[in-house]
Amino acid sequence: MLRRTGIFLVSLALASILVFAFMTVLPGDPAQVALGVNAEPEAVARLQERFGTDRPLPVRYVDWVSGLLTADFGVSYVTQAAIGPQIVDRFLVTLWLVATATALALLLAVPVGVVAAVRHQRPTGAALSGLSQVGIAVPSFLAGMLLIALFAVHWRLLPAGGWTPPVEDPGRFVRGLILPAVSLGIVQAAVLTRYVRSAVLDVLREDYLRTARAKGMGPYLALIRHGLRNAALPVVTVLGLQLATLLIGAVVVERVFVLPGLGSLLLDGVANRDLLLVQGVVMVLVLAVLVVNYVVDVLYVVIDPRLRRGT
Amino acid sequence: MSAAESAALSEPAAGDAESVARRRRLNPNLIIGALLVGLVVVLALVSFVWTPYDPTHVDAEARLAGYTADHWLGTDKFGRDVLSQLMVGARTTLFVGVVAVGVAALLGTPLGMLAGMASSGWVRELIMRGSDLLLAFPALLLAIMFGAVFGASTLTAMIAIGIATVPTFARIARSRTLQVMQTEYVMAARAAGRSRRAIAWRHVLPNIAGLLIVQASVSFAIAVLAEAALSFLGFGTAPPTPSWGRMLQEAQELLAVAPRLALWPGLGIAVAVLGFNLLGDGLRDRFDPQLDDRR
Repeated sequence: MLRRTGIFLVSLALASILVFAFMTVLPGDPAQVALGVNAEPEAVARLQERFGTDRPLPVRYVDWVSGLLTADFGVSYVTQAAIGPQIVDRFLVTLWLVATATALALLLAVPVGVVAAVRHQRPTGAALSGLSQVGIAVPSFLAGMLLIALFAVHWRLLPAGGWTPPVEDPGRFVRGLILPAVSLGIVQAAVLTRYVRSAVLDVLREDYLRTARAKGMGPYLALIRHGLRNAALPVVTVLGLQLATLLIGAVVVERVFVLPGLGSLLLDGVANRDLLLVQGVVMVLVLAVLVVNYVVDVLYVVIDPRLRRGT
Repeated sequence: MSAAESAALSEPAAGDAESVARRRRLNPNLIIGALLVGLVVVLALVSFVWTPYDPTHVDAEARLAGYTADHWLGTDKFGRDVLSQLMVGARTTLFVGVVAVGVAALLGTPLGMLAGMASSGWVRELIMRGSDLLLAFPALLLAIMFGAVFGASTLTAMIAIGIATVPTFARIARSRTLQVMQTEYVMAARAAGRSRRAIAWRHVLPNIAGLLIVQASVSFAIAVLAEAALSFLGFGTAPPTPSWGRMLQEAQELLAVAPRLALWPGLGIAVAVLGFNLLGDGLRDRFDPQLDDRR
């Protein structure tokens, strides 16, 4: 466990250096960029002093990173607004979206994957596998557009976009969240279904499951009693890896449904060439991915006690 | 490595004749996958010599035309022919996929092999930790970062997707190399004093090539999805070059009026992704001997 925590912390440090180097060093000085190439050197120097970009890079890096620890992401060079509060605000929206989508994906993928595995030699199983293949091939933003066309434009059942905070109006909040969460979740469900199916297939071949069946248990009961914990390991890994994709996929879905999440903040930042803002959002997303991977590593050990030795 | 695993790696014995026959037989995944990919490739190739119209030609008279004899798939809000855009868009999709997967395979494979063969633990650890770190930067995020710093273009999108896929290739190349390095023929080659480079070239690469081809197909599907998402967000191919992702983006505001504008590029993306995924699955059935007793 100590080793995993160490790896996590080192990765985090390296990732922050990478993000800083890429977003701060490569694009050139923001003061020069803001004033243009023909600006007076004195004016540039004054602006550099205000931005704090006249200091050496290591100092600026340490300043930025230590700020991160208190959710202080600095002040935008473009809008002069503090970046931290914006990120925190927007992160909640993305979190709602991703959490709901993940829950939906699991609720859908686990039963469908189990049935597809148990019936893998029958038409039902083949049909479910085929359906999940097609689901993987549909990008979440396309799914979103199709859902808007049907549920918002054609049947006028649900809003086509927009965001209502849950404290303001819980009903509208839920209605607004349904379509984005389904577009993101359904594609994830398709990916997960395939892994659930193959994990369950592996378990079905195990001797202990055959023994359970021989004792007269039905296939589903035997699986629930003996198989699911074993099948859970590979599925948890994939879920962890997928959460990273899901988080980034949210960027696109937020654009489709005009949700004020981290993704829209990132894209707005790029559009306004607000690189410090982009740097902050990128760091939060990378941090989220690393945290998820770390949690998956830890969960692994919780699910499979055999791995506890040597960690 | 267990005895079963080494048996699976060596040449099949006579008793395995049935599994060999099963592997040689064409499986439906392979056929359907090849057909779908073939469809996209043909669409792209034909677009070099013929498209119904110039895909960028604006015809104000024929704006938002439905399915007509002149425009088989109709026109968009600028009166551009949808079929022509779709055909040239296939070209963009394949081009991005080839370059992205090429970058990933050319960088990831040697790194993975090195991580599997290097005698220095330091080198092995460095490569694998580096690739783990890169995994924290998904393709889309990397492409947006590239776009923010260098300006968005097809080139930045391709390279970003490629770099983000390097770890996938490195991991597969490494794990397979480790297995091959344990086989008797590699042991024999080492005992005979062959250099590491010769072993890598003569023994390791031919043995890991099959799995890498499978991965290339699957990664291609992911690259198609990433490119579509990037063009949709405005971080991919710049106008006026047609791309499926941007066709979708332009279709979004017209969903209520002309949903068919979203249908065709969407179908194109789905066909390409499904095709490359199925092709990958089909090839895996052929190339991966360890799957023999699983299906």
